[in-house]
Amino acid sequence: MLRHILPIARYTLLEARRNRLLMLALILVAAGLAFTQFLQQVAITESNQIQAALLAALLRVGAVFMLAAFVVTSMVREFNDKVMELILSRPLRRSSYFLGKLAGYAAVALALALISSLPLALFAPAARVALWGLSLACELLLVTAFALFCVLSLTQVMSALAAVAGFYLLSRSIGALQIMAANPLSDTLSLGQQLVNSVIDAIAFLLPGLDRMTQTGWLIYAAPTAAEIVQLLAQTAAYALLLCGAALFDLQRKNF
Amino acid sequence: MRDERPLSHVSRPVLALLAAGLALQIALHAAAPQPRAKAPDLMPPPATPLLRLAGLGEPIALAKILMLQLQAFDYRSGSKIPYKDLDYARVEAWLARILELDPGGQYPLLAASRLYAEVPDEARQRSMLDFVYRQYLLDPNRRWPWLAHATFLTKHRLKDMGLALKYASALQKYTTAKDVPAWAKTMEIFIREDLNELETARVMIGGLLASGRITDRGELKFLDGRLREIEERLKQGAGKKKR
Repeated sequence: MLRHILPIARYTLLEARRNRLLMLALILVAAGLAFTQFLQQVAITESNQIQAALLAALLRVGAVFMLAAFVVTSMVREFNDKVMELILSRPLRRSSYFLGKLAGYAAVALALALISSLPLALFAPAARVALWGLSLACELLLVTAFALFCVLSLTQVMSALAAVAGFYLLSRSIGALQIMAANPLSDTLSLGQQLVNSVIDAIAFLLPGLDRMTQTGWLIYAAPTAAEIVQLLAQTAAYALLLCGAALFDLQRKNF
Repeated sequence: MRDERPLSHVSRPVLALLAAGLALQIALHAAAPQPRAKAPDLMPPPATPLLRLAGLGEPIALAKILMLQLQAFDYRSGSKIPYKDLDYARVEAWLARILELDPGGQYPLLAASRLYAEVPDEARQRSMLDFVYRQYLLDPNRRWPWLAHATFLTKHRLKDMGLALKYASALQKYTTAKDVPAWAKTMEIFIREDLNELETARVMIGGLLASGRITDRGELKFLDGRLREIEERLKQGAGKKKR
């Protein structure tokens, strides 16, 4: 199986290189550094913290966007060029194809996490940056798996990208939504309010806690605790399993 | 309908993987503590320009969402001492930032005067009432209801007549909009009366009646009656207030 997975992963990486995705990531880093340099000029105090926080936020969102766009457009191109059908016409399992693509995109995600983390070492302690980078890699891995799942199901650029954006924004804000829903200022809840709260709680069950991942506070205030890191890794593993299962389920039912 | 193969084409390991992933995700979520906005989590707010930047040109929407987020901190329904762990300096800073983002919004001042100022802690009450007073001065014609409520709290809860007089005087002096009800602008008179400053109260009611700003018959009659009552008390040597 591995002899099928590795070449697919290698070609996916090659495609990322030819698409100049990593070059784009470097340009984003340069732009981010220039922007934070400007902010450092105007800040009276905590200039290092301001630079670290804003650069981290910018690179995090930038990496997520670039990766999601790359996965979706690359897969849609494979659909349109019938490359996928050509590969699957060979004696190859669908799961091998999926895992090969996932491995390739995951390698791109790791590279993006590394490129995004390194410049932060200029403004924050290296150990904290490393943990932040690890968390970003986990986050990007989940975005990769979700984008792959969406594009395999939806096969359209716009709908897949919209689904990924919705998933990401909701996963980042679901904790805040739960807090707001759980703190009404009245002691009695109307039926409608109870229903809305139940829906929010149900959605939260099916989403990864991205709001607890890759926190800027880890860079500027305190490193994450061991329990937080364990939770982060467990969340990544559980959700990646779920997404792989869902994507393979969809792929195995697909008729070409 | 999508062109799909039947479920039987899905291999067992994939079904097992899907089930395991779902079970793990649900178990992890159930084991994680329910998210709650604890008081120590309330960080100092960033500078207004940064918030504007974060709002991406939608400062009002950002202000509304920040307000909803802020009110969730340390609130426990039915708690005897609400907001007891909350850092009021930070709450004030957040409320001020939200008002800077959305100066027309009334929610922050409603929260300040009716939520954060109604705690059983005098120091906190005073700081929040002072915040309401300072914010009122920035836009008196729109923010007068909250200072009126603050005046009421100061008089009846804190029983600080001097401070209540300061707030009521500001209401009388700076609120110039025509649609402001007379009761709000005449609060100063009644506080002065309570403080036995009868001469000042008499002059103020007289001035108000002469200015022609009171047009409602009932209000005119009421103020006229109070004027006569004060004059009677003055004649009797500024004695006790009649009931």
